[in-house]
Amino acid sequence: MNPIQTIRSRTVVMPSTNIDTDQIIPGRFLTTTTKEGLGAQLFADWRYDPSGAPKPDFILNRPEAVGCRILVAGRNLGCGSSREHAPWALLDYGFQAVISTEIADIFRNNSLKNGLLPIVVDADTHAWLLANPGAELEIDLDSAMVKLPDGRQVSFPIEPFARYCLLNGVDELGFLLSKDTAIKAYEAKRPA
Amino acid sequence: MTTTKTMFEKVWAAHEVVPQTHDTPAVIFIDLHLTHEVTSPQAFALLRERGLSVRRPDLTLATMDHATPTRTEQVFGGAPISIDSAARQIKQLEKNCADFGVELLGLQDARRGIVHIIGAELGVTQPGKTIVCGDSHTSTHGAFGALAFGIGTTEVGHVLATQCLLQKKAKTFAVEVSGRLAAGVTPKDLILAIIGKVGVSGGTGHVIEYRGEAIRAMDMEQRMTVCNMSIEAGARAGMIAPDEVTFSYLADKPRAPKGGAWDEALARWRTLPTDAGAVFDKRVDIDAAALVPMITYGTNPGMVVPVTGNIPDHRGDPVFDAAMKYMGLNPGEPIGNAPVNVVFVGSCTNGRLGDLRAAAKVLQGHKVAAGVNMLVVPGSQEVKRQAEAEGLDQIFKAAGAEWRESGCSMCLGMNGDTVAKGEYSVSTSNRNFEGRQGVGARTLLASPETAAASAIRGRVTDPRELLNA
Repeated sequence: MNPIQTIRSRTVVMPSTNIDTDQIIPGRFLTTTTKEGLGAQLFADWRYDPSGAPKPDFILNRPEAVGCRILVAGRNLGCGSSREHAPWALLDYGFQAVISTEIADIFRNNSLKNGLLPIVVDADTHAWLLANPGAELEIDLDSAMVKLPDGRQVSFPIEPFARYCLLNGVDELGFLLSKDTAIKAYEAKRPA
Repeated sequence: MTTTKTMFEKVWAAHEVVPQTHDTPAVIFIDLHLTHEVTSPQAFALLRERGLSVRRPDLTLATMDHATPTRTEQVFGGAPISIDSAARQIKQLEKNCADFGVELLGLQDARRGIVHIIGAELGVTQPGKTIVCGDSHTSTHGAFGALAFGIGTTEVGHVLATQCLLQKKAKTFAVEVSGRLAAGVTPKDLILAIIGKVGVSGGTGHVIEYRGEAIRAMDMEQRMTVCNMSIEAGARAGMIAPDEVTFSYLADKPRAPKGGAWDEALARWRTLPTDAGAVFDKRVDIDAAALVPMITYGTNPGMVVPVTGNIPDHRGDPVFDAAMKYMGLNPGEPIGNAPVNVVFVGSCTNGRLGDLRAAAKVLQGHKVAAGVNMLVVPGSQEVKRQAEAEGLDQIFKAAGAEWRESGCSMCLGMNGDTVAKGEYSVSTSNRNFEGRQGVGARTLLASPETAAASAIRGRVTDPRELLNA
């Protein structure tokens, strides 16, 4: 996992609410045994026609989306299936952060564990972001702030531990493994 | 300071290895880790990369269900599995389980089935346990008073390596269901009504406890149907207090505690229910007696109407408009006008023996309408065996439905059991998302009774019309 400090990018806006993880990566692509290469199938059923040709109207197929690292989505992003292939696909495509007013629990957890920054903002900020696709944002993880083009700064919630892991590019497994003594003590007193 | 606790808080407290602090999440011990072919390969790869072993193979159980074939010739007859990548994933799980010493109920094992169905059948799903699986419908196991929730693949790796997870404590949410369900109205109708009321993100950050008379009146299979769809309201887990119904279900299950261990377990389990006066962070009330059979009309499980009702008219709401366009249905029209091309009975929501009995009862003496394909997929090989012993398979076949081996099948179409573009599927599964059952497929979620009735009539049908006839 690469450390995240600051993300500077224009936004891609997908205003739909309740974008579920089946849309982010349809089930038929989950028979893979690796994490790599899923970006090509990101939003596959919205992005490609049945012949596999890109649908010209879909936002990710438009020239203004090229190089964008921040996805702004409607409320309740990532609901549904627990498939971690969803953040893997977003990251593999090139996204580094997703912004919404609500982000589903499992998708949020999975995103944090892979270095995709899930950002929840207030309704006013969200409305502004939806109305201004392509806005150039600066996200600073250390201060947990999103800087809008007009200089306004909006804070976002993130747990101290998750922030530490993302800033340092370390995963949580090392921390868990370091609790071996406590785990052994728990196992010893646990009912069989 | 109050000393009363909810059931969730009791189970949570009993599993804290290291409590939550301001700076770090809690370390929670996991009593049962269920795993399957689709969300585990990258987790086993992580163990290999780090040179780690599976800490507690004795608390880990693997099966295959999501991408597995349901055609007998592919499961038992040696015919090639239609999807190469699925066949490779199955092989990979076999290798991973062999390499790491994890018990696998493999493709031809008589105990194989959908992971959320076999846990209960084997009796490894027990009150008070923490249960996880790389699958969001792990909430199903909460029907026993377990704290059971879906995790991602990275967390699957964490549990394999440490038998623990880092977790932030959830908030509590009481869904109080008063009254009794009327005849022909099922637990599936209840949970669809609950999701319609709470909304698809209303449970985010919460663990639901389903309470009240209608819940207490349900058998274990029915309680599992309710808890199964907690995630569809955004909640990671749903729980129901264990009671005599729970205990008598578990008593004769092969892996339930026996003898003195049973008595000890029972004493522990009896302390689990929420204390009188314990406070929940959120509460919703539902009158079960007022409910009728429900069905979804849109592209998320909260878009639900009575089968006797009309599709609402929210034109101008972009979510509604997009759903209507995708579904090819018209605002304000009776949902009973909706055509049906496919009927699917199965899944971790409604693939248990009671569900198959309910569908068979409606179907008996009838034929599936011309132009409708009906697929019945038992939730496990054990369910299949029991259904066949009762002759349910004969009823389905006589009506013109297909009868298959167990698996997730058409719930998510990973194994090639899919609904064609533009076709309408009345499905007893849990998600009506765009493309869930196949590219362009249009899914209407309903109970086994409604699915069977709709198969007979070839349009969305209130099962009470057939049950009372």
